[in-house]
Amino acid sequence: MKFRSVFDIIGPVMIGPSSSHTAGAARIGLMARQLYGRQPKWAKIHLYGSFAKTYKGHGTDVALIGGLLSYDTDDERIKDAYKYAEEVGMNVEFVEEEGSAEHPNTARIRLGDDDGEFELVGISIGGGKAEITELNGFELRLTGQSPAILIMHDDRYGAIASVSKVLAEYEINIGHMEVSRKELGSDAMMIIETDGRLPAGVMEELKTCDHIKQVVTISD
Amino acid sequence: MFKSISELIQITEDKNIPISEVMIQQEVEETGKPREEIVAEMGRNLDVMEKAVEDGMNGVKSRSGLTGGDAVLIKKYMEEQESLSGNLLLDVVSKAVATNEVNAAMGTICATPTAGSAGCVPGVLFGLKPRLKPTRDQMIRFLFTSGAFGQVIANNASISGAAGGCQAEVGSAAGMASAAAVEMAGGSPQQSAEAMAITLKNMLGLVCDPVAGLVEVPCVKRNAMGSSQAIVSADLALAGVTSRIPTDEVIGAMFKIGQSMSPALKETGEGGLAATPTGKALAAKIFGPAMGKE
Repeated sequence: MKFRSVFDIIGPVMIGPSSSHTAGAARIGLMARQLYGRQPKWAKIHLYGSFAKTYKGHGTDVALIGGLLSYDTDDERIKDAYKYAEEVGMNVEFVEEEGSAEHPNTARIRLGDDDGEFELVGISIGGGKAEITELNGFELRLTGQSPAILIMHDDRYGAIASVSKVLAEYEINIGHMEVSRKELGSDAMMIIETDGRLPAGVMEELKTCDHIKQVVTISD
Repeated sequence: MFKSISELIQITEDKNIPISEVMIQQEVEETGKPREEIVAEMGRNLDVMEKAVEDGMNGVKSRSGLTGGDAVLIKKYMEEQESLSGNLLLDVVSKAVATNEVNAAMGTICATPTAGSAGCVPGVLFGLKPRLKPTRDQMIRFLFTSGAFGQVIANNASISGAAGGCQAEVGSAAGMASAAAVEMAGGSPQQSAEAMAITLKNMLGLVCDPVAGLVEVPCVKRNAMGSSQAIVSADLALAGVTSRIPTDEVIGAMFKIGQSMSPALKETGEGGLAATPTGKALAAKIFGPAMGKE
């Protein structure tokens, strides 16, 4: 069941004109911004399918930029997102891809600054809902509907156990969890969707766990 | 969690509660949020819808200039002469149009279930308001009932034009609105389901072919017609007319039709009305010659 809440159907409150191409795009941008964890200096956004064909008319571009500026779907600044991007010094480039992606509304976003780059794929699945399906080469499914923790770590014994031990100590219930790795013993990633909001301190403690390289969160 | 319309209707009969109540209780269960918080959130959505109707009735214009001002024309026409279809129906239609004109002008709306189809549900609700005189609670319930029917469509077919064509957007919205109208008018849950089936059957195969890729032409007028169908279907169901094909099977048909629809007819702005000589000329005028090409 992809649609579990009545507010997926009656909602979101948003700036028009398109739930999939404007609100969904803003959500993809916002999740990207939260996962990157800071304001990127530049963004290169590849658009596929219906996104590539109609983004100008739907304001998909301003919505994605608005999301990258941490604006929510009902933020009226979305209309003038190019101007605000310039103000914070974020350079944005769009690429219309000819090839098709698995989903008709797909964006591949590369973000970066002097400290590092990052790449993800987001899809807009209708009614303003969006999912992140790929992050730095890892396949995943992140909806942004619940608070989530993303942990990049080394593929070693005990990494998962040390993380789940911390969550248990804070009495955080795990709603959905995925683990994946590029190859045996190399880079790995955990993605954990939690039921409640994350208490202060838990993030700092997770960062001190064994074999953990990076911890980021996104809120709902 | 109900997965089909038949399951939804079964719950209303087993518990002897309206559809809106099933939806509220399920939302409490799914999210763990208190009931008051959920009802208050829906109340805020209702307020956004009311504001959008108001703004549109005062007249707005989209950036492209393709849409805006039709809600004002309809209102004026109703004031100056007796309409053919009757003032309730035209009032519904004008409010649906008003909402979508605000949406096209990058105003604030509540997606129901999507932005392109955001006019049908508020159009029907605020158009019926003078006639049925609902309380605020009943108006909020109208939205929960719409959401319950929309959720089944979203999980079993689609509410995305890019995935299922306009039948998935305006079709779903009109079907949801007709079902909720039946409940607000005092009909049974089964009659709500019949109304949705009747509406959806008439929307099957509707393509998503926006001119220049904009949510304007033909979206605004499709909301006008969708909202009018919702009212007529609600009346048919209240009269005791039933659908020979059960609602869940109509939704199943809608899913398969969406899958077999050409991508040119699913929100790419490449087929249908978008590909007409005038459609292409408008695209070229708005975005430059590159957009007008095949």
